[in-house]
Amino acid sequence: MSSVIPIRTETTGCTDVTPLVERGQREVFCGLTGIIWLHRKIQDAFFLVVGSRTCAHLIQSAAGVMIFAEPRFGTAIIDERDLAGLADVHEELDRVVNQLLARRPDIRLLFLIGSCPSEVIKLDLSRAAERQNQIHHPKVRVLNYSGSGIETTFTQGEDACLAAMVPGLRNDTSTAPALMVVGTLADVVEDQLRSLLERMRLQVNFFPPRNSQAMPTVGPNTRFLLAQPFLADTARALQSHGAQHLPAPFPLGVEGTTAWLQAAASAFGVAPEMFENATAAPRQRAEKALAVQRQVLQGQRIFFFPDSQLEIPLARFVHRELGMDLVEVGTPYLHRQHMAPELAWLPQGTRISEGQDVDRQLERCLADAPDLVVCGLGLANPLEAQGITTKWAIELVFTPIQGYEQAADLAGLFSRPLKRRTKLAA
Amino acid sequence: MQLTLWTYEGPPHVGAMRVATAMRDVHYVLHAPQGDTYADLLFTMIERLPRRPPVTYTTFQARDLGGDTAELFKDAARKAVARFKPAAMLVGSSCTAELIQDDPGGLAQALQLPIPVVALELPSYQRKENWGASETFYQLCRHLVHKPTERQPKARPSCNILGPSALGFRHRDDVKEITQLLNQLGVDVSVVAPLNASVADIQQLANADFNVVLYPEIGLSAAQWLQRQFDQPFTKTVPLGSRATRDFIAEVCALTGLTQPAQDPENAHATWYAKSVDSTYLTGKRVYIFGDATHAVAAARIASQEMGFEVVGLGTYSREFAREVRDCAKALGIEALITDDYLEVEDQIQALQPELILGTQMERHIAKRQGIPCAVISAPVHVQDFPARYAPQMGFEGANVLFDTWVHPLMMGLEEHLIGMFREDFEFHAGAAPSHLGSTRPAADISAAQPASPQTPAALTPSEPSTPKPPSSPTSSPASALPTQAASNQATWSIEAEKELGKIPFFVRGKARRNTERFAQDLGVATITVETLYDAKAHFSR
Repeated sequence: MSSVIPIRTETTGCTDVTPLVERGQREVFCGLTGIIWLHRKIQDAFFLVVGSRTCAHLIQSAAGVMIFAEPRFGTAIIDERDLAGLADVHEELDRVVNQLLARRPDIRLLFLIGSCPSEVIKLDLSRAAERQNQIHHPKVRVLNYSGSGIETTFTQGEDACLAAMVPGLRNDTSTAPALMVVGTLADVVEDQLRSLLERMRLQVNFFPPRNSQAMPTVGPNTRFLLAQPFLADTARALQSHGAQHLPAPFPLGVEGTTAWLQAAASAFGVAPEMFENATAAPRQRAEKALAVQRQVLQGQRIFFFPDSQLEIPLARFVHRELGMDLVEVGTPYLHRQHMAPELAWLPQGTRISEGQDVDRQLERCLADAPDLVVCGLGLANPLEAQGITTKWAIELVFTPIQGYEQAADLAGLFSRPLKRRTKLAA
Repeated sequence: MQLTLWTYEGPPHVGAMRVATAMRDVHYVLHAPQGDTYADLLFTMIERLPRRPPVTYTTFQARDLGGDTAELFKDAARKAVARFKPAAMLVGSSCTAELIQDDPGGLAQALQLPIPVVALELPSYQRKENWGASETFYQLCRHLVHKPTERQPKARPSCNILGPSALGFRHRDDVKEITQLLNQLGVDVSVVAPLNASVADIQQLANADFNVVLYPEIGLSAAQWLQRQFDQPFTKTVPLGSRATRDFIAEVCALTGLTQPAQDPENAHATWYAKSVDSTYLTGKRVYIFGDATHAVAAARIASQEMGFEVVGLGTYSREFAREVRDCAKALGIEALITDDYLEVEDQIQALQPELILGTQMERHIAKRQGIPCAVISAPVHVQDFPARYAPQMGFEGANVLFDTWVHPLMMGLEEHLIGMFREDFEFHAGAAPSHLGSTRPAADISAAQPASPQTPAALTPSEPSTPKPPSSPTSSPASALPTQAASNQATWSIEAEKELGKIPFFVRGKARRNTERFAQDLGVATITVETLYDAKAHFSR
């Protein structure tokens, strides 16, 4: 019953690729945007941005309608008095944090989040966080990280957030190796991956947890798998606690998920038969579901604008499992080590670009006339108006896409705009 | 610092973007960190513009701060002129760039560009979006408007329409409606600005006979300047509502010497609709109004004079026009709320318990949480309030739109009567949404949504939808089965009184509860009985 994925022959890969590095206007989100999914993942955490009205406006625009459901994020807007002298900023912050915690007594973890304005005026938020910690201990823990645009791009905000939590993780003193999966995943995906790993008799902790009171432990026996490609700092912080990174492709598509699970299975000595037993059924199911999508997407030419660092794994998936042709794969930042297994799977000669000069990239895009463009919301409608079909990239961060059961859903995200175009044209 | 969960306005550079994006051949070079390009999607998604806003961002990063960010800006400005070939350019800073003080105006001047460059000073830590738009439009006029040419005697008087911009609430259709109205009166519209205006259009502004200021928040400064410089008068009435539209026509006729038409045009339905007997039940409905100053003041007038509502609360986030709103509130015998803190608005709505809220996107969701009908009358708005259909707010067609929009969320008359009479219906009960809204989702019951102690603002409790009553047993709701233990100085509700309260139509129940509690407190009554409830009713009905 299992249909075989027509893996292409040109698998010499892009390991040694020299990306096209560009500087210029970057049409990307800042790291503050990460708050939008992180506040839903860690349910007893509050995300307080210390920034300007622009920061508040950004989160509310990006969060759309959702903000009204008593959000677990907000902004302490810096005003003139704060700029006049740094002396009373910490007192101001005391006041705002008190006001906030009185309003939301259920909060157990508070993030003070740096923004461009707070970074530029060199507001010492780590000291502020320490101070707040002393004031509100033990009821509330206060951490800080930067989600500023000058330092982070979109999903890097999650990296900064998770990295800030790592030093507070309890040390794992047990001698048996333990598995940790790092990166925010949809609850349904988390449950599926946990169940797959448990079928291989592997116990797994997920980081970040759904509740700040359920933090995993970390130590020299921790082996971690990255579920997301944008976690460079988090990985480094975990490694500094002695944890070992298990290199793997990312769990997108059938191949990616299998290889990702295999990396854990190999590290923990899972017998091949047990791995096969655990994965065979969902794998075949996913392949069958993907075959339907492949009929729409095979041979279509796709162009990725940089957005989330998910672009390279996504490009690998759409190329190898759906037969799409890669025109350009843009990424805001290329972490060669974490991306190595992915790069090896890309067809040789793929045009990979790092960074952005949006006007020139748009010129290239229009000249290449791809069938589908993955880009941000600032570019999507303008490109559609020029007759180019787009898939807006942020949806890929807000949708369950990892694992076997989601492989066809992920493909569906790419095929839907093309189907729609055909339908409306008919 | 100010704790902000929701901001009614963006930063001032978003206002500048609204002016640049509204126009046709102006480019805006904005010194801003990476990430501030989020503002593009306000235009491409909320307003669904099919083009990128004409804005070049420098998008500097941390590593650039060690180097020459000024050079980065100059490079971006040079490239923008070469690539987009605008007729004029705006340059300015976002909030972060304001801190690093690169002086975009001076830098752009040093580039000696072949086009007019307007440097914007927008203090991001003091001012907000509408002020930014107003200042930008004013500066554009100051730099670009030419002295009027020798006025040729014209067959018809002409005017400009000032204020409509990108991302404006219904600006597209308001312009169309008011242009038609002026044309029918015999006035030509010379330039509409900034919406769809070119630099050449702006240069011609002084040639018209007078200005029509549709949105004072954006157009007033420019109009005042044009009056000072070129003796060009401008209209003070904003034609929102039937009466205001008639006043506007009178004002235009006074300015131009045209004769005022004796009758409303054929499409002016709102006045008759409000007079028809079907609207009688709207009399005295308690309404709360919040929005920008222009729309809030206009809505207050329409609500009280054209719809027969009782305005119980009025407020604005436009501090620049606080005085106008205060005056309007005073005339209605209430005190205006001038704030940009949505928690204050929420608290006031909670305290006043209106039957209808006319507000912004934010009030819509306060209303949702409190189970109060609501209509949107002002920005900020989301994508659904940039509709495909013709939906002006101004002029006579605008009045028609307003009538429909405001009445729609209210339960219709017959249903309201029947619910007051028969409370135990399993389908049509107080907890159910008005049946003409077609939803089976229960609306939050006002009494159930009330916190036990009125002294705990609802804002402080984590949001949770109030438990809808089981439709099969509407009388046995937990709220009426238990006496509500109120705060220490508050009277306690007896079980019977609580039950009796449940018989009061749901949309006035919150008000009745509050009045009764106040009455009991004033009299020092410890337990509220059915008698107290009716005593209070008689007391307050005087």
